[in-house]
Amino acid sequence: MRINAKGMHYRPMNKMIRDAVASGEKEFELDNIGGQRYIGAGLNENVKITINGTPGNDLGAFMNGPKIIVNANGQDGLANTMNAGEIIVHGNVGDIIGYGMRGGKFYIKGDVGYRVGIHMKEYKKQVPIIIAGGTAGDFFGEYMAGGIMILLGMNGKSPLVGDYVGTGMHGGVIYIRGKVDPYHLGKEVSCLELSEEDTKLISGYLKEYCEYFGFDFNEVMSAKFTKLVPLSLRPYGNMYVY
Amino acid sequence: MESQLPAEFIVNINHERCRKCKRCVINCSFSAIEFKDKVTANNRQCVACHRCATFCPENAITIIHNPLDYKDGYNWSPEIRKNILKQAESGGIILTGMGNPRPYPIYWDHMLIDACQVTNPSIDPLREPMELRTYLGAKPEALEFEGDIDNISLKTELAPQVKLDIPIVFAAMSYGAISLNAHKALAMAAKRMGTLMNTGEGGLHEDLAGYTDRIIVQVASGRFGVTSKYLNNSALVEIKIGQGAKPGIGGHLPGEKVGEDISKTRMIPVGTDALSPAPHHDIYSIEDLSQLIYAIKETTDYKKPVSVKIAAVHNVAAIASGIVRAGADIVMIDGFRGGTGAAPMVIRDHVGIPIELALAAVDDRLRQEGIRNRASILVGGSIRQSADVVKAIALGADACVIGTASLIAMGCRVCQKCYTGNCAWGIATQKPELVRRLNPEVGADRLCNLLTAWGHEIQEVLGSLGINAIESLRGSRERLRGVGLSQETLDILGIKHAGIGQ
Ligand code: SF4
Ligand code: SF4
Repeated sequence: MRINAKGMHYRPMNKMIRDAVASGEKEFELDNIGGQRYIGAGLNENVKITINGTPGNDLGAFMNGPKIIVNANGQDGLANTMNAGEIIVHGNVGDIIGYGMRGGKFYIKGDVGYRVGIHMKEYKKQVPIIIAGGTAGDFFGEYMAGGIMILLGMNGKSPLVGDYVGTGMHGGVIYIRGKVDPYHLGKEVSCLELSEEDTKLISGYLKEYCEYFGFDFNEVMSAKFTKLVPLSLRPYGNMYVY
Repeated sequence: MESQLPAEFIVNINHERCRKCKRCVINCSFSAIEFKDKVTANNRQCVACHRCATFCPENAITIIHNPLDYKDGYNWSPEIRKNILKQAESGGIILTGMGNPRPYPIYWDHMLIDACQVTNPSIDPLREPMELRTYLGAKPEALEFEGDIDNISLKTELAPQVKLDIPIVFAAMSYGAISLNAHKALAMAAKRMGTLMNTGEGGLHEDLAGYTDRIIVQVASGRFGVTSKYLNNSALVEIKIGQGAKPGIGGHLPGEKVGEDISKTRMIPVGTDALSPAPHHDIYSIEDLSQLIYAIKETTDYKKPVSVKIAAVHNVAAIASGIVRAGADIVMIDGFRGGTGAAPMVIRDHVGIPIELALAAVDDRLRQEGIRNRASILVGGSIRQSADVVKAIALGADACVIGTASLIAMGCRVCQKCYTGNCAWGIATQKPELVRRLNPEVGADRLCNLLTAWGHEIQEVLGSLGINAIESLRGSRERLRGVGLSQETLDILGIKHAGIGQ
């Protein structure tokens, strides 16, 4: 199904998509998208949505299955509380992406904004993954409770990541391609070298990532990565008296 | 460090009556009673939950306050001194459970309900139909009809509504804070009584699947268990911004309480801390709140009312106005006497304002702005009896939520030890051997009885007011009179002093 979204309000457009999904439509191509919010929100089916233009906030919120390809930049709140599915953005995205995300993959070619992957969680085999090719703002992985985040810094900008990385982090793992100055780190985080297993783990995802965006996998892997994990699974364990 | 804290309570065991059945030993989940030749008590461990005394077949146990735990004093009260000692020994923030126990004024008790004797003959509540039905959800500005007199239909498109057979809803208490059996009892009772229970922020356990049309599901900052299925399996969705017992403070379920079942419901690994700090990190303004409200509406295809829950604070009226303008169908306001599974004592006891004043301010503001119809108002935070419900509705609420009262109905003794996870009554615990103590069927029966009784009482009061529908009382402050309140308080509540006529 092809929709020309020019000048369309998000509400009838999203309803059109929901109705079409309900009646069995599997592929959507949305042209002339310009800021329409909530695309793919709450969809549970394995449909494919290609977006030509810049979608609005909360793309893929509460999404559980679809694959969304954005052929432009994204705005804020993408993959909010996403449960399963894939979001691939061929540009930069804004703030608070992957909030409470607990499954699926979210690949961004360029930079990401503030508060990426906040409250990201995992449960058994459901492990959410965010990979960004550029740099990130402050509060990367704040309150992170599970999942994997990889930041590549392929755009040569510095610093790679803003302040307060992993503040309140108590689960999951962050891989950053390059060095992170200790003063950028939240006090709940420790820096480690990659083990062989780590390298194997991220190689799998990064191969797929490089295929999507045309990066050279060997070049991506040629740099040294930093691994960040929480110091404690109970960061506030000793704060209270009963 | 050696503790200097004296025992708060003394467990007296009458050894002449005691037949050494050891039931008390088994029942004490705080390890305060042992058996060595005879029943002996370690008074320091006792929290006065009364489980042992209730189940002693010989009535051989009494629990009393330790008369000289601390020398009495008004300023340096025993509690203040106990807390200083605890902190001197630990360096920790003092945690506590249940609602604010401090003697702040309870305005409900300074409001009286008017009666009607001559001008509007009273209605006999036992004989005439008395309507308690309430609909939660946004109401239209006006109704438009189409067709002619024989075939008339509503033209106005109504926002989704949830029907309550009684204007009392069970308050949000998460699976984690309370046990699965307590949740089941609440869900069963809500279904039977035509009202709602609220999952709190802990997700929806699969055993409650049969009750989803009677369940409010919550979305809090930690987003535990929140999926599109969860949002759609509900009567309505509530975004939790704040809570009366701990305004500005989030939730924190310690890892040791996150067992297999809770981990599945919350969708986190076993044994990890479940942190949900106060701020939703995607909400920094009313516009952001609106974005989340509409993300939920999109996800639920505009079929579910969306509620926003906030704590009563001094700016609550402006906040509520923003919430309504942001698209919420229900505003839930929780007063500072509301209960909690765990909160820093300093927050619970000193932060926030009473629900009575907050409710009056919110209802006033929404009326002044001409948007009162756009959202229902739910209030909670220590609704203790049917009279409180009636007064709240006369002050402007659509319905009330009860948390602590519903726990007490199920057996809670308000011992305030919920955060320890040792609740002897099987309510605020996840230990299987304690959870078993609360039979969900029995709990549901007790809850239904409570609501039935309050429902009848409300009908009686309506009769005395000469009205036969709770609808007619909503926001009718003329039917309330204040006693022993300052003029300023009366002005905020928008009621006259007793003795003043029309
Ligand atoms: S803690 Fe409860 S059960 Fe134990 S001795 Fe005290 S009152 Fe009895
Ligand atoms: S729920 Fe249990 S632990 Fe909490 S106050 Fe009631 S009886 Fe005590």
